[in-house]
Amino acid sequence: MATDTLHHGAVAEPHEHHDAAGTKVFGFWVYLMSDLVIFGSLFATYAVLMKGTAGGPTAADIFELPFVLVETFLLLVSSFTFGMGVLAMNANRINQVKAWLAVTFLLGAAFVGMEVYEFQHLIHQGYGPDRSAFLSSFFTLVGTHGLHVTFGLIWILVMLVQLSTKGLNDMTRPRILCLSLFWHFLDIVWICVFSFVYLMGVL
Amino acid sequence: MFGKLSLEAIPYHEPIIMVVAAFMAIGGIALVGALTYYRKWGWLWNEWFTSVDHKKLGIMYFIVALVMLLRGFADAIMMRTQLAMAAGGAAGYLPPEHYDQIFTAHGVIMIFFVAMPMVIGLMNLVVPLQIGARDVAFPFLNNLSFWLFAAAAILVNISLVVGEFAKTGWLAYAPLSGIEFSPGVGVDYWIWALQISGVGTTLTGINFFVTILKMRTKGMTLFRMPIFTWTSLCANILIIASFPILTATVALLTLDRYLGMHFFTNDFGGNMMMYVNLIWAWGHPEVYILILPAFGVFSEVISTFARKRLFGYMTMVWATIAITLLSFIVWLHHFFTMGAGANVNAFFGIMTMIIAIPTGVKVFNWLFTIYRGSLELTSPVLWTLGFIITFTLGGMTGVMLAVPAANFVLHNSLFVIAHFHNVIIGGVVFGMMAGLTFWFPKAFGFTLSEKWGKRSFWCWFIGFYVAFMPLYVLAFFGAVRRMQSYANPEWQPWMILAWVGAVIIMMGIACTIIQFWVSIRDRQQNADVTGDPWDGRTLEWSTSSPAPFYNFARLPEVGDIDSFWSQKQRSNEQLEDAPYTDIHMPRNTVAGPVISLFALVLGFALVWHIWWLAAVGLIGVMASFIARVFNDDVDYYVPAADVERIERKHQLEREQQLGMEAQA
Amino acid sequence: MSHPSSGAANAHGSVKSYVTGLVLSLILTIIPFAVVMSGALSVLTTVIVVAVTAVLQILVQLVMFMHMNTKADEGWNLMSFVFTLTILVLVVGGSLWIMQHLHLNMMIG
Repeated sequence: MATDTLHHGAVAEPHEHHDAAGTKVFGFWVYLMSDLVIFGSLFATYAVLMKGTAGGPTAADIFELPFVLVETFLLLVSSFTFGMGVLAMNANRINQVKAWLAVTFLLGAAFVGMEVYEFQHLIHQGYGPDRSAFLSSFFTLVGTHGLHVTFGLIWILVMLVQLSTKGLNDMTRPRILCLSLFWHFLDIVWICVFSFVYLMGVL
Repeated sequence: MFGKLSLEAIPYHEPIIMVVAAFMAIGGIALVGALTYYRKWGWLWNEWFTSVDHKKLGIMYFIVALVMLLRGFADAIMMRTQLAMAAGGAAGYLPPEHYDQIFTAHGVIMIFFVAMPMVIGLMNLVVPLQIGARDVAFPFLNNLSFWLFAAAAILVNISLVVGEFAKTGWLAYAPLSGIEFSPGVGVDYWIWALQISGVGTTLTGINFFVTILKMRTKGMTLFRMPIFTWTSLCANILIIASFPILTATVALLTLDRYLGMHFFTNDFGGNMMMYVNLIWAWGHPEVYILILPAFGVFSEVISTFARKRLFGYMTMVWATIAITLLSFIVWLHHFFTMGAGANVNAFFGIMTMIIAIPTGVKVFNWLFTIYRGSLELTSPVLWTLGFIITFTLGGMTGVMLAVPAANFVLHNSLFVIAHFHNVIIGGVVFGMMAGLTFWFPKAFGFTLSEKWGKRSFWCWFIGFYVAFMPLYVLAFFGAVRRMQSYANPEWQPWMILAWVGAVIIMMGIACTIIQFWVSIRDRQQNADVTGDPWDGRTLEWSTSSPAPFYNFARLPEVGDIDSFWSQKQRSNEQLEDAPYTDIHMPRNTVAGPVISLFALVLGFALVWHIWWLAAVGLIGVMASFIARVFNDDVDYYVPAADVERIERKHQLEREQQLGMEAQA
Repeated sequence: MSHPSSGAANAHGSVKSYVTGLVLSLILTIIPFAVVMSGALSVLTTVIVVAVTAVLQILVQLVMFMHMNTKADEGWNLMSFVFTLTILVLVVGGSLWIMQHLHLNMMIG
């Protein structure tokens, strides 16, 4: 039964059927599915409203692809570094886990920083989210992703503290796995953002 | 300092609201006083508020739902009274801006704060027992879900006395709900109540989905699950896939209102029809979130009291799955008149008619289960029979509405109102009443009074027809929904008839309240000592009533559909030999109520634009969540000796009771 | 139900699989950016390239980074992903179809 294996099964065999850690990770996966639907709704809204520029700038006017490419690289590499963190966890190397998480944090923070800069720059030019329906939907879609990354950053910090105080145990391990899923998931959403918003926007 | 909030926000000049507020205050003070006098606060906090026991959470969902039902029904009878009066130029007693708030509040409360908590409460009470689990997959989240829902319910009730509620209809169509046309706080109350309860509902959906997939007892394969568990599984899939759409849509409306964005505005490229499109992309699956578990209840009730295995178990399951998928491709039938054109309307019209097929399959399954069974006419069965008749009728008017050409005539008329009350009262309400009566002994250890249950049924059944059949008629005279008064005096007799129906329904609700009173009074006579008062078929009846907090002393094993039934046929003896073992259980949590309290503060502050308080609420939510994450002490073991003691005690009570009955 | 032998590799990946994933992702990012920024291809071809590389990169991430497979959790995580995708196609696709017809009929935009 699920609960019986919580204390021993989870550590020894993280992927044993019916174990509590596996249930947690699966539950988190299901949460990600529901989050995916939120992003789906925002993408649909963006697609419907992207022509609603109301005399304001169009996508081609404001998107700067080299900038977006750098953002993409940051997030991509952070996805990889998080993966290395998970490998370190499987090898029980706690200091390496912390180091990889810290690197991931820096990359993610740089990404958020760039996004804040981009938004601030647009608002400064008078192209804020209240300028047109297109800008409303652009800011909201990209901003929602950015907000998720920000929550991911907070979560990484919490994880770093927990790794320092509690170490690697059957409490922290599934959380790191969940966080890794979250982080890769945000990367996937970003792939859709740069492909369908930025790249197709400038065509 | 207090944003838009000032003493002006309290509607002193509205006598009706002030009287209601006075009653609420008196009731609240009486409740608090009684709790203090009897020193029950500690008990309430330790045994209930912080509990992660799914059965207790289910009961709390039901209690809140029944209280909200009274409020939602008060709105209903006020509307019917207004319409019975306001004919031929008469103004009635409710001014339009108040009437608009009432029909909005009625819809919002009945769907989000009555029907949803009843369905979720019943799932809480029953599903873990039916699958032979000791709890849900994430007990803390379950507690949090309940409290988020409760916080949202409190927010809605605050709107009654502080400020106003939305005047937009229950789905707050843009641009009417935008800041330009609804500058007050009413829509903001609607927004934050829906967002807070919506998060709770989504968490519930995830929780029960994982619970059903991962926590089933040995031998319970998917196709051995009881039908109620199946329909709950599908309802939770719908929650996971559709509630995020609501969250996103309402968030976009919020951005329009709070940050001046242009998603659904008239100008700056906004598209208000996208709001209607998105909200119904959630709204239609929502209908099935409510009705599927009700279908499950009827299936359990009918096979139990007909003493037969459910006819066509597999077709029932596949019909449920078909409905789950189809419910995502019919949403446009709520706005055929938008103007998307013939092709789009034809597609969604046909899809809507197709969804009637699996539903029809289910109706035949129930009928064939009754056929040649020895049906016992208990009150749950009465609710079920009433449902089959009423719901079939409502389904047929639904198919009529699914014809786009007819829909252009019927749209926004009272026909729509009559139709959806036809399926929601006849389906969801009857289903929840049947489920409540059926599983009540499992929650409390005694059965409900049959006499008052049957009276309640007949009042609801007759009252429904008297109240809503006139609306079909009025629709053909041209009466539309959401009107506060009307010029044509010929409508008045029908309106008065509908009012009479509402009064009969009120008597039904009164019967239910009396039923609780009488049943609690006579609980010794009605005690369910066997744990199996109806000669049930599924696992929840194999444990004692009320079920112990760990549900099963020994986890049951399943070899068939209705395994408990076939086990009883073989022998009445339980396995007594196997020794008891330690049981692993989750600890109670203060985090659920605390996080939700901060969420309530956050919601209230956002409604009134009190930004510092909103910051306090948000930081409070996050800090208390992180504090929870740092708490390692979340579970414990119940020693085998304790389990044995509890089980022995129960067995002794049972033998004593049976002995007393034998002597009598 | 556990797969200790294959499960370890499948579930956790290895340095090799992560590096492969990273390299593939980088390539699948650079291709669409290069195509769009150079403007070498027609608009239609560009759109197809962007869409195809996006889908491929999502698959790379799902398989190599998130280790989605048919074995874990009895395939429930794959199944729930496919279901969610179906719903998204229905809802997003349906919404676009509806709104496009609305625009045509109402002669706006």
